[in-house]
Amino acid sequence: MAKKEYAFYPGCSSQLKASASNYLTSTNSMCQALDVKLTEIPDWNCCGASIGYAEGGELPRHVLNARNFALAEAHLPGKEIVATCAACWLGARESKDRLGAGSQLLADTNEALKEAGLHYKGETSIRHMVEVLIEDLGYDALKAPVVKPLEGIKFAGYVGCQTNRPFGIVGESFENPVYLDKLVETVGGEAVPYDQKVTCCGGALAFSEPDKSQKQIRDIVESAYDHGAEMIVTPCPLCQANVEIYQSEINKKQGTKFNMPVLYYSQLMTVAYGGSAKEAGLDGQLIHAAKLEEIAKK
Amino acid sequence: MSEQAVTRYTNDFLREVEKNVEEGHWVKMCMQCGVCSGSCPLGSAWAHPPQEIFMMIRAGKREEVLSSDSMWMCTSCYNCIVRCPRKLPITHIMHGLANYAHRLGLAPKNQPTRQFAKMFWDNLVQKGRVNELKLSLGLYFKDGFVQGIKNALAMQSIGLGMMKARRLNPFELFGGHACKDQKGIQAMLRKAREIEDRKKGYTA
Repeated sequence: MAKKEYAFYPGCSSQLKASASNYLTSTNSMCQALDVKLTEIPDWNCCGASIGYAEGGELPRHVLNARNFALAEAHLPGKEIVATCAACWLGARESKDRLGAGSQLLADTNEALKEAGLHYKGETSIRHMVEVLIEDLGYDALKAPVVKPLEGIKFAGYVGCQTNRPFGIVGESFENPVYLDKLVETVGGEAVPYDQKVTCCGGALAFSEPDKSQKQIRDIVESAYDHGAEMIVTPCPLCQANVEIYQSEINKKQGTKFNMPVLYYSQLMTVAYGGSAKEAGLDGQLIHAAKLEEIAKK
Repeated sequence: MSEQAVTRYTNDFLREVEKNVEEGHWVKMCMQCGVCSGSCPLGSAWAHPPQEIFMMIRAGKREEVLSSDSMWMCTSCYNCIVRCPRKLPITHIMHGLANYAHRLGLAPKNQPTRQFAKMFWDNLVQKGRVNELKLSLGLYFKDGFVQGIKNALAMQSIGLGMMKARRLNPFELFGGHACKDQKGIQAMLRKAREIEDRKKGYTA
C-alpha cells in the first residue's frame, strides 16, 4: 500500500498534450518515487480559473468546484483532494471556504448540483501538491530518495502569486516565502536570492494585455539573470507557461537575449530521484534545460 | 448612531453594491490608505485604482465606476488582499464589480480582458474542460479574419514550439479534452445562473 493516497485534481492544463503536460508527467514520476498514490477524480471539470469571474459570476463558479468535491466524496470517500495547478487549488479552496455549512450559498449550490445528479456534503478538503510535500511528507522524506543531487545548478525560486496569496502555505510569509528555495536545496540545487519571487506574471492578462504582462515577465526573467540563476523554478502552470513562452516575444520586441529555462519543482525532484529526462517531462520545455538533462543522463 | 442616521449617509449606489456585488458589503470599510493601489502590478494602468473606486462608490458615481475599464486590469495576484490593513477582499470586490458591470451591459464593450474572460467561460462550459487551442484561436480572431491571420502568424513560432513540445495538440480543433457528463454540467450551470440572475436582478 502506498504511503499516502489522495484524490487527484490535475486541472485542464495538466492533461496529455495540454500546456502543462510536462507538469503532469513529472508529478506522476515524483509521486511514484515518494510512494504517493494519486487517483484522479472521475470526470473532474474546470475550476473556472481566475478569469472565470466575469461571465461566471459567483454561484456558477462555486458550483463548478462543488461538482468536483461531490465527485470526490462519492467516488473517493475520505481522501483529500490534491491539486497541482495554483489556480485550481485557489479556486477550489475559495469555493470550499465560501460554501460553509448551513449557508444560503451552499443550499443554492446543491440545488444546482441536483441537475447533474450530485450533492456536496462539505466533507472533503483541498490541498496543493506543495502542501502535501512539505506538510504531509516533510523535507527529510523529500531528501531521502535523492540519488542525483542537482549540484552546481543555480535556481531562481519563482513562487508567483496563487500558491502564495491569499491562502499561501502555512507558516510562510506572503512577501518572502522560502519553501521553494528549501525544496531546491533539499534536492541539492542552489537557490539564489531572488527579489522577483512573488511578482505577478500577468496571469490571464498575458493573453488579453500582452504588453502590460510582458513588462512583468521581463522583470521576472531579468532579475533571475541578475542574481546569477541558470534556471527558474515554479509551482504554477500559468507562471511556467507565461514566463517561458513569452521570452522569445520579449526578445523580438525589446532586443533582449533571454533564454532562461523555466521548470516545475516536480521536474527537479524527478531528476534528483533518478528519473530520466522523459520521466521528468524535460522534453516538454520550449527552452531546454541542458544542465538538468545532463544530470538525468548520468 | 441611529440606523436612520447611517442610512442618510448611505447612497443608493453604495447600497446597490452592497446588495449585488460579490463581497460588496466590505466597500464601506476602506480607509483610503492606498496600499492596494501601490501594490497592484498593473497599478499604473488603472484609470481609477481600487482605493479610488471605493471612494467613487461611496460618492455615488455609478456610471463612472461601472463603465470604467479599471477593474479589468486585475490580474488576480491577490497582493492587495494580503496587504490591506483592514483585510478587505479587494480582489474579489474588483472581480465582483467587473462581473456586475459586464452583466448589466455597462462595462466597456471592446475591453480585451472582458472579451477574453467571456470567451474563456463559454469555452469551458462547452465540454466542462478548457480547450486551449480553440481559446487561443478565438482570441486571435476576435477582431476579424484578417487581423486573426496576422495575430496567428505573429505567434506561429510559439505555437509550433508548443506542438513540438507536445503541449499543444492541433487535433483539439476537432474535439479534444472533455468531460463525460457534459449535459449534466451544462444543466447545473444553467440552474446556477438562473438562481444568481434572480437574486442579483440580471434580466438576461
